Amino acid sequence: MSEKDYLPGAQVPDARGYFGAYGGRFIPEALVAAVEQVAEEYEKAKADPAFAAELDALLKDYTGRPSPLTDVHRFSAEAGGARVLLKREDLNHTGSHKINNVLGQALLTRRMGKTRIIAETGAGQHGVATATACALFGFDCTIYMGEVDTQRQALNVARMRMLGAEVIAVKSGSRTLKDAINEAFRDWVANVDSTHYLFGTVAGPHPFPMMVRDFHRIIGVEARQQVLDRTGRLPDAVVACVGGGSNAMGIFHEFIPDAGVRLIGCEAAGEGAETPRHAATLTKGDPGVLHGSRTYVLQDEDGQTIESHSISAGLDYPGVGPEHAWLKDTGRAEYRPVTDDAAMQALRLLSRTEGIIPAIESAHALAGALELGRELGPEATILVSLSGRGDKDMHTAAEYFGLYDEPGAGSANGSADGGK
Amino acid sequence: MAASKLSGVLAAAKAEDRAALIGYLPAGFPTVDGGIRAVNALIEGGCDVVEVGLPHSDPVLDGAVIQTADDIALRGGVRIKDVLRTVQEVSSAHPGAAVLVMTYWNPVDRYGVARFAADLAAAGGAGCILPDLPVEESEEWRKAAGEHGLDTVFVVAPSSKDARLAEVTAAGSGFVYAAAVMGVTGTRSAVGSLAEDLVARTRATTDLPVCVGLGVSDATQAAEVARFADGVIVGSAFVKRILEAGEDEAAALDAVRALAGELAEGVRRR
Repeated sequence: MSEKDYLPGAQVPDARGYFGAYGGRFIPEALVAAVEQVAEEYEKAKADPAFAAELDALLKDYTGRPSPLTDVHRFSAEAGGARVLLKREDLNHTGSHKINNVLGQALLTRRMGKTRIIAETGAGQHGVATATACALFGFDCTIYMGEVDTQRQALNVARMRMLGAEVIAVKSGSRTLKDAINEAFRDWVANVDSTHYLFGTVAGPHPFPMMVRDFHRIIGVEARQQVLDRTGRLPDAVVACVGGGSNAMGIFHEFIPDAGVRLIGCEAAGEGAETPRHAATLTKGDPGVLHGSRTYVLQDEDGQTIESHSISAGLDYPGVGPEHAWLKDTGRAEYRPVTDDAAMQALRLLSRTEGIIPAIESAHALAGALELGRELGPEATILVSLSGRGDKDMHTAAEYFGLYDEPGAGSANGSADGGK
Repeated sequence: MAASKLSGVLAAAKAEDRAALIGYLPAGFPTVDGGIRAVNALIEGGCDVVEVGLPHSDPVLDGAVIQTADDIALRGGVRIKDVLRTVQEVSSAHPGAAVLVMTYWNPVDRYGVARFAADLAAAGGAGCILPDLPVEESEEWRKAAGEHGLDTVFVVAPSSKDARLAEVTAAGSGFVYAAAVMGVTGTRSAVGSLAEDLVARTRATTDLPVCVGLGVSDATQAAEVARFADGVIVGSAFVKRILEAGEDEAAALDAVRALAGELAEGVRRR
């Protein structure tokens, strides 16, 4: 029943790593050998049943897969009565979907005989997952994180250090995710013999967009079957947040041949996609090259990257994975901007209607689902990727809603319209 | 096809039985006009070839020194047209020198590949170094560059395998840029032994001159590299001199000219 021919060339990328016009490998010569080694080792691993068996065992016994599918009835009432189902990646070990990719690449690192791993992180979820895998496998671990993000995600910095990783606060540029990636590339060029760069999203040079997607495909594979088992049919739409776009690619991929299922990515619109302070790359950007691949980029007319802004560190990125760029141009997926405030309201709503505190990143998808549900009405079923849990965001949320005890301030903002 | 300007300049150095000296500075640093005077000072001090950097928001292959310079240039509002004006003014002031642009790929992509090649050639530029554009992605650029008589200099690295070196050098022209070490730009106390081996392996694949860069900062290192390479490339050490001079432009220009002079002596020591 799945129409594999729906999207010609669905078996992307091509041999050079292109999804249509997007992707490729724009890297310095010094990294060519290392990136080719990753690509070759990944192809060998895919053909090796022992690799799949080891990864499956880790996903089951260490991560806790399959992750559940949760019906959220009280939240659904706010979404025009549409039936909202959450794919609970927040319940994975380490608290987000990031562990799926990290375990795959950690196994690959061991196969390549490397002993040190570096990674970038925005919200800290990829950094925590990477530090976790390094502890498990006995690798040295260095995490690059923008200085702004080390402050707004301080809990995750402490978690990474507890796990034995070195966390380096990057002070260049916008001091966020983009600059953490720049710094990780600089480290990799200098230490490529011993070091694997465990890239955390579906961006970067080929094979990373394909490989990271493949390691996250399990999200959509599980969810598609779970929705069929639960409801007897496919969902009308699948909604996920998109920064680099790894959880979205993971949940979208299995549904791409299902022509009747809308795929909707929610980008961070910050203070508004019409303002200069946003991270809505697919909505407002233009094709260009950033961090090793051709994709949509927030850039000026001279090709200089424009700094992005989002309350969510994990979505605060002026690029996006090339497969999303391709899905946008082909029309197979839609991308919508979601403001900081809409995301924060959705975060509080899910917390108070369902007892689930989502990550601010995932709250962008929830806000998108609320809007979509009101458009589609009570007959619709909407599958949402709840990519991570919100513990790390409690400081930001407490400041936003005034949840801390302050002399004379109380918590009026926090309780004014809560508890719906 | 007639020999390019860059090939001619490098051949002239070879005819003098010495290595060529190639200096780098970003355009717009510390200002557009100040940057033009600084690049002129490189040539006045003894550089045969200059690379004018196009400052970029995401200089992933540059160390702290050039990142700082790029940042100053971008905050000063430098645009691609200013980079092209730098090329134009330097080439007309020094018709004997070859002026290259060194840039990350996205600014060229965004400006328009054919348009950039045409405008660079019109400004008197001799070619381009595109450190994040590997051979596989370079076809459109090389076609445009060829139409406008521009050279395309590719970088090779100690990690490049022999078969790969052959592919890269076959696609390039002008010279081959051999990275002395694995790492980003910046001054280093010693140029590793990797460089000599890389130059030898590169020579086995091409007749193009092979010039060595990354980490060279003084006359002693320049002389050491000049023993086995056709050219010595110096960037961060020049940028550092300008940063150290602060607001004093005359001191900065003197320091750049003096360093170029010392290095020019070094490349003749072999």
